[in-house]
Amino acid sequence: MPGRFISIWFRHLTTDWHIIRQPTLKEQAFVLAVTAHGRMVVAAASANAEQQGAMSGMAVADVRALIPGLQVFDEQPGMALRLLTALAKWCIRYTPVAAIDQPDGLILDISGCAHLWGGEELYLKEIVTRIRSHGYRIRAAMADTPGAAWAIARYGKEEPIIKSGEQASALMSLPPVALRLEEATLQRLQKLGLYQVKSFIAMPRASLRRRFGPGMLLRIDQALGWENEVIIPVEPTLIYQERLPCLEPIMTRTGIEIALERLLEALCNSLRQKGMGLRTAVLKACRVDGKTEQAEIGTNRASHNATHLFKLFENKINSIEPALGIELFILEAPKVEILEAPQEALWNSGLSLESMALAELIDRITNKLGTNVIHRYLPAQHYWPERSIQKANALQEKPAIEWSNQVPRPVQLLHKPDPIEVSAPIPDYPPMLFRYKGKLHRIKRADGPERIECEWWLEQGQHRDYYMVEDEEGQRYWVFRLGHYTGEASDGWFIHGFFA
Amino acid sequence: MLAGRRDIINQLQKDILLLQGFRPHVAATGNMGLGPVEAAFPNGVFPTGAVHEFISNAAEQTAASSGFLAGLLAPLMRQGGACIWISASRTLFPPALKSFGVQPDQVVFIDLEREKDVLWAMEEALKCEGLAAVVGEMKEIGFTASRRLQLAVEQSRVTGFLLRYQPRNLHAIASVARWSIKPLASKLEAGMPGVGFPRWEVALQKVRNGKPGVWEIEWTDKGFRQVPKEVPQRLEVERRKIG
Repeated sequence: MPGRFISIWFRHLTTDWHIIRQPTLKEQAFVLAVTAHGRMVVAAASANAEQQGAMSGMAVADVRALIPGLQVFDEQPGMALRLLTALAKWCIRYTPVAAIDQPDGLILDISGCAHLWGGEELYLKEIVTRIRSHGYRIRAAMADTPGAAWAIARYGKEEPIIKSGEQASALMSLPPVALRLEEATLQRLQKLGLYQVKSFIAMPRASLRRRFGPGMLLRIDQALGWENEVIIPVEPTLIYQERLPCLEPIMTRTGIEIALERLLEALCNSLRQKGMGLRTAVLKACRVDGKTEQAEIGTNRASHNATHLFKLFENKINSIEPALGIELFILEAPKVEILEAPQEALWNSGLSLESMALAELIDRITNKLGTNVIHRYLPAQHYWPERSIQKANALQEKPAIEWSNQVPRPVQLLHKPDPIEVSAPIPDYPPMLFRYKGKLHRIKRADGPERIECEWWLEQGQHRDYYMVEDEEGQRYWVFRLGHYTGEASDGWFIHGFFA
Repeated sequence: MLAGRRDIINQLQKDILLLQGFRPHVAATGNMGLGPVEAAFPNGVFPTGAVHEFISNAAEQTAASSGFLAGLLAPLMRQGGACIWISASRTLFPPALKSFGVQPDQVVFIDLEREKDVLWAMEEALKCEGLAAVVGEMKEIGFTASRRLQLAVEQSRVTGFLLRYQPRNLHAIASVARWSIKPLASKLEAGMPGVGFPRWEVALQKVRNGKPGVWEIEWTDKGFRQVPKEVPQRLEVERRKIG
């Protein structure tokens, strides 16, 4: 049984995408440009610009001369492929085998699919109207072979649906370019005056091969269905989802817990088989009265541990209001990641930052108390104390530089330096005594100064001269003078921390 | 006969200690380098897998306690274990931990708003087997709450430290030891300028089955060192030493 194929041609794929994003562009002429050999070259022209004479491959300066008021946007590399992939995945609703046809088309293998939509005409019409309603200008055709469908979609002038077995007669009046031939072959055909397929298709195969090479015969055979053409379908994104319909509406906490346990077990099983772990999970409870209740959890590391995930959900069950009863539970994992199998350790040497148990503890805490309570610090290349540490983004993040041990740093650092009253003998000397929170401290020993500049490229401000001082009771402080000595009483002195 | 009775009593004492959760020397844990302070504990071993309590009444004492505590964390975390530091108003400056031998990036800080949450998080963390240590900063803790922490560490063998700043009432809680660390003036060789090694008056106010006491301990570049008792010399001339 011959297959059936649909070829879809997006005539202005990338420019249509811009128009969908920005509908006012529809009336304007614009092009997408790339830089090539030091000049701007048109990569794609909008339908409007094309009507006025712009073509891809022209220099933008030339197009500007043709069309005053031309708008130029940068072409995003890889954009067409991304769009086609997304469209191919969207087309999976019509057929399980949807493939990308570079650079501007899709090929759908629709063998045995059309009758579900009530016949081939209705099926094709449905696809075309749906895609057009999204805003893409397309042409589509249906034939027994991908090659023939491709040709009719782009160059066909009559019916878009070629009946089974009639592709040869439909191709006859088309130009040779419809057979997807190479540029050199096309030029040779042009020179020889062979402007239509029918003028050379009946020639003996041996002479065609001799004059134009085996590539041309392959293309002819593929278009006519004598040679098989393999298309590589896109893989649909797997959705990790479990559903649990209930015979009777669920109204109790115990019922919800049992449902959650079952769903988690099933979901974790399918994740385990794929070697994945989930980062977020959403439990949806569809109620009898048509409303949907939701509970969401997140993990810091990918996990497929059902008991751990159940613990995370346990706190959230209270937020699910069953009202008249829940008739359907859906558990989804919108964000999944590859989970490496844990390495078994020969002997237990403590829980490092990479271990799963620690990540699960952090999950429990963040799910109860919020995500911004966990902090871990890495050294930063700054001397200014407030900037000398930076927050780590993940538990596994390693410090990029060594922790400095060169200069002493206080164990306790005040969030904001507190002003103190000081009497210091000479400008460069540490203070003799200072008053902090109403208490007088006489300084017996001191170390310093350590001058730290406020990095002017980050923040405007004065430098600080830090001293480590010890008072008569043996208490050690970190004090500094802001800026240069001005001669005024004791302004500009601050306490910033306590040493051990 | 008398010797035999003493043996029996010693053996019984050891049995009681075992029943109370004190284990004899384990190679992996063990030496904190505290010398005579460790001898005050039963079996002469610093008890890991228990809850210790640090009392401080001033910000300077808190700094001293955190420094001393960091010195205790270093041997506990030497094997790559992680430490969790839970607090409601943290002023600890992580880079300072480095000078006490702790890698600051091995410490996970949990900064919460309410003391009640600190207690909950502390209990959860203490239940997590394999952690090197858990530090919780909180003002008040009731006896019941401390029993819960004690039960958690008996299961998981994690060492817990409670840093209590200006607690309103000091009734007994279920901790293995109550410490109080006060800063002392550092000593340098005569005539040297600057500030010396941090020096503390380490007081073990309560020890379960041990002997309380007071010691002078210094943190040197090689770790803890007990300051030998000095013979009082002639009074030094009052002079500021700066550098």
